Amino acid sequence: MTQHASPPRDSTGKVQSVGAPPAWRGLMARADVRTLSLLGVLAVLIIIGGITKPDEFLDTRNLQLVLTQASVIGVVTVGMTFVIISGGIDLSVGAIVALASVWATTVATQEYGFAGILFTAVIVGVGCGLVNGMLIAYGAMVPFIATLAMLASARGLALQITDGKTQIVTVPSVLDLGERDAYVLGIPPLVMVFAVVTIIGWLVLNRTTFGRRSVAVGGNAEAARLAGIDVRRQRLYLYLLSGLCCGIAAFLLIILSGSGQNTNGNLYELDAIAAAIIGGTLLTGGRGTITGSVLGVLIFTTITNIFALNNLQSDVQQIAKGAIIVAAVLVQRRTASTT
Amino acid sequence: MAPEPPLLSMSGITKSFPGVRALDGVDLDVQAGEVHCLLGQNGAGKSTLIKVLAGAHQPDTGTIHWRGEAVTLRSPIAAMRLGIATIYQELDLVEHLSVAENVHLGHEPTAAGFVVRGKAARASTARLLKRLGHPEIDPARLVGELSAAQQQIVSMARALSHDVRLIVMDEPSAALDPDEVDNLFRIVGDLTADGVAVVYISHRLEEIRRIGDRVTVLKDGRAVAGGLPAKTTPTREVVALMTGRNVEYVFPERPTKDATADKPLLQVRGLARDGEFEPLDLSVRPGEIVGLAGLVGSGRSEILETIYGARKPSAGQVIVDGRALRPGSVRAAVRAGLGLAPEERKAQALMMLESVTRNVSVSSMSRFSRGGWIDRAAELGAARAATRELSLRPDNPNVPVRTLSGGNQQKAVLARWLLRGCRVLLLDEPTRGVDVGARAELYAVVRRLADEGLAVLLVSSEVPEVLGLADRVLVLREGRVVHTAPARELDEHRVLDLVMEGSPAS
Repeated sequence: MTQHASPPRDSTGKVQSVGAPPAWRGLMARADVRTLSLLGVLAVLIIIGGITKPDEFLDTRNLQLVLTQASVIGVVTVGMTFVIISGGIDLSVGAIVALASVWATTVATQEYGFAGILFTAVIVGVGCGLVNGMLIAYGAMVPFIATLAMLASARGLALQITDGKTQIVTVPSVLDLGERDAYVLGIPPLVMVFAVVTIIGWLVLNRTTFGRRSVAVGGNAEAARLAGIDVRRQRLYLYLLSGLCCGIAAFLLIILSGSGQNTNGNLYELDAIAAAIIGGTLLTGGRGTITGSVLGVLIFTTITNIFALNNLQSDVQQIAKGAIIVAAVLVQRRTASTT
Repeated sequence: MAPEPPLLSMSGITKSFPGVRALDGVDLDVQAGEVHCLLGQNGAGKSTLIKVLAGAHQPDTGTIHWRGEAVTLRSPIAAMRLGIATIYQELDLVEHLSVAENVHLGHEPTAAGFVVRGKAARASTARLLKRLGHPEIDPARLVGELSAAQQQIVSMARALSHDVRLIVMDEPSAALDPDEVDNLFRIVGDLTADGVAVVYISHRLEEIRRIGDRVTVLKDGRAVAGGLPAKTTPTREVVALMTGRNVEYVFPERPTKDATADKPLLQVRGLARDGEFEPLDLSVRPGEIVGLAGLVGSGRSEILETIYGARKPSAGQVIVDGRALRPGSVRAAVRAGLGLAPEERKAQALMMLESVTRNVSVSSMSRFSRGGWIDRAAELGAARAATRELSLRPDNPNVPVRTLSGGNQQKAVLARWLLRGCRVLLLDEPTRGVDVGARAELYAVVRRLADEGLAVLLVSSEVPEVLGLADRVLVLREGRVVHTAPARELDEHRVLDLVMEGSPAS
């Protein structure tokens, strides 16, 4: 019996033949175009940095600094990527980082030392995520609104705790992690945490039922529900995950700055969303990659670094970031359209 | 025919998308005042052709003559200015605007160039609705509050609000009940009497017989026959042109063994939802296909979704294998062995961006995972086995599910439940959007699943489908079962009588 189905097309509209090897190659090509173009952008940036400031940019210390700066926002972005893939958004990440960083650095918390600070940062992050998740999953609130409310409240609470003052960390074991002595083979511990979070994030997204369900909920929530997935519970878990990442990021920021401030994590939500978007995550959900998001973070951090080395003001940086977001989305639409 | 040139004449139209030639030298000419039917399977190029005609796609080569003059349709607005209006299958209305605002969207009657004259818009909308035989639709109501059939009328009113000479209707009857289809045909008749040409796309051959003047058949991007007489060309010939082979519209044999001895697998007792359907009792035995026949709005889909737990019942129980399910819980239903192939496949069943494998495995992930960790080789193997068993084409579960034809997408949904080991299959309009050639195959699949011991509950608005496939039929009218009988004791006329209002309830 013959079938008259139209020939299958991949996202670029090319005809895929049915046999195994071409389909495999097609998948490879599709996965790689996006990643390769991001790697290409990063390479161009590194070349620009190397040409404009050859001595300073390619210096080991500078590269360590770039990666360290990328670590904090990078961990936040991994959590954000999951949330966006599931069709949600988390505007409260920056505020949660701020709240977690100040709660973990109060005099009372610091009495419990390293473990107290780490535990508090993580618990505050997860706690905020829990509130977000409950409101969104079981309170049927729109993610934008629920997390916007969390943004305002968490920032306010952070200000109340600190009274606007910087809380200096006095626990040596925490501060030591930021010192050069703690580097392993030249890699700062913060960067190692970022790497581990990235790898775990990639594995969870691509190799676990949790990742599958996240993509399914983002791709078609109604279909996921009718397929027997507990969509509400999945949504709750996703905001918990985002909160957890914020808690870890807050701890990294405490190490990096040796303090906790209510102004920490300012505009992280925008940076994390932007990194995920240029990494190819669909804002409408259903598609996205950890690799893309992490490359997005590295691209932004590298730009910031190059601009700083060349004494360009932050206003120019902001304009450049905006232009890159637009360019990335336009390029992706081009490669993904025509179906 | 008159010596004057045809209203529309498209010749040698080709249109390629990267890697695919959607149209390959298509000719189409349409006379003023005729109903020209466009036939073809999914993927034959119908949609692309009407998008070219609507100005939404630009052809690569070919010419378009409009009333004898060569024209290029650069944009939908350009097409509309010439008097070509298109009513798409997926209605393009703004739900949060009123009927009048939708009808006049883009060409609102204005004062001083920008102030919308709402009253004038409502008045002219009311006139259009009256002309369309639906004066009961209030021009001030929001479109989102209207039924699908009413929305279609609004869409048509919008087309008529321009000075149209040609209207393209893409499967206008798909969402309509028989009496609404009659109204549609009356409108089409009025339009053509006024000299307006209609390009009519439908899967239903009998409709084309009723209202069509000429038929053009598309297959694989080519017009395999142009301008055939719609009323006299034998069905067999038309089907042969569409499919490239002769097809019998056949249903699989019913098993000879009598299943009434078995214990029911699915039992529904007094299940009801206020305002949707009245207390319902039914049972389905393993190996049995039970059909629910009824019009749109008779509560068919609501019944299936309530059995499945997607809607919470106001009363009653669903019992599977002797055990009552927790009401209103899809997860409880799935765990008990129920599976639903919903009416709106794309919106309710499939993750369109994902591969066939992931769409098939989504309900059985615990089978391929340990501690949340997915064994992808096992997953792929199982998905491949399930899709092969249903002869899903192409035989490659890695392709995105959106690239499949309607029939194969439905098979992907069935494969999902097959893989899950589901025992009760709920099918809601299983052949909607599935072309003629693939239907028979789908019927055979459903029958085979039943023969393997599944209990199947089938809902369809196509009476022949229910009668041909089901063993037992429940006829619904306005949320109430009005008749139950073995399918072989019913015929189409009897069912339609029962289904229509005014006939005595038995």
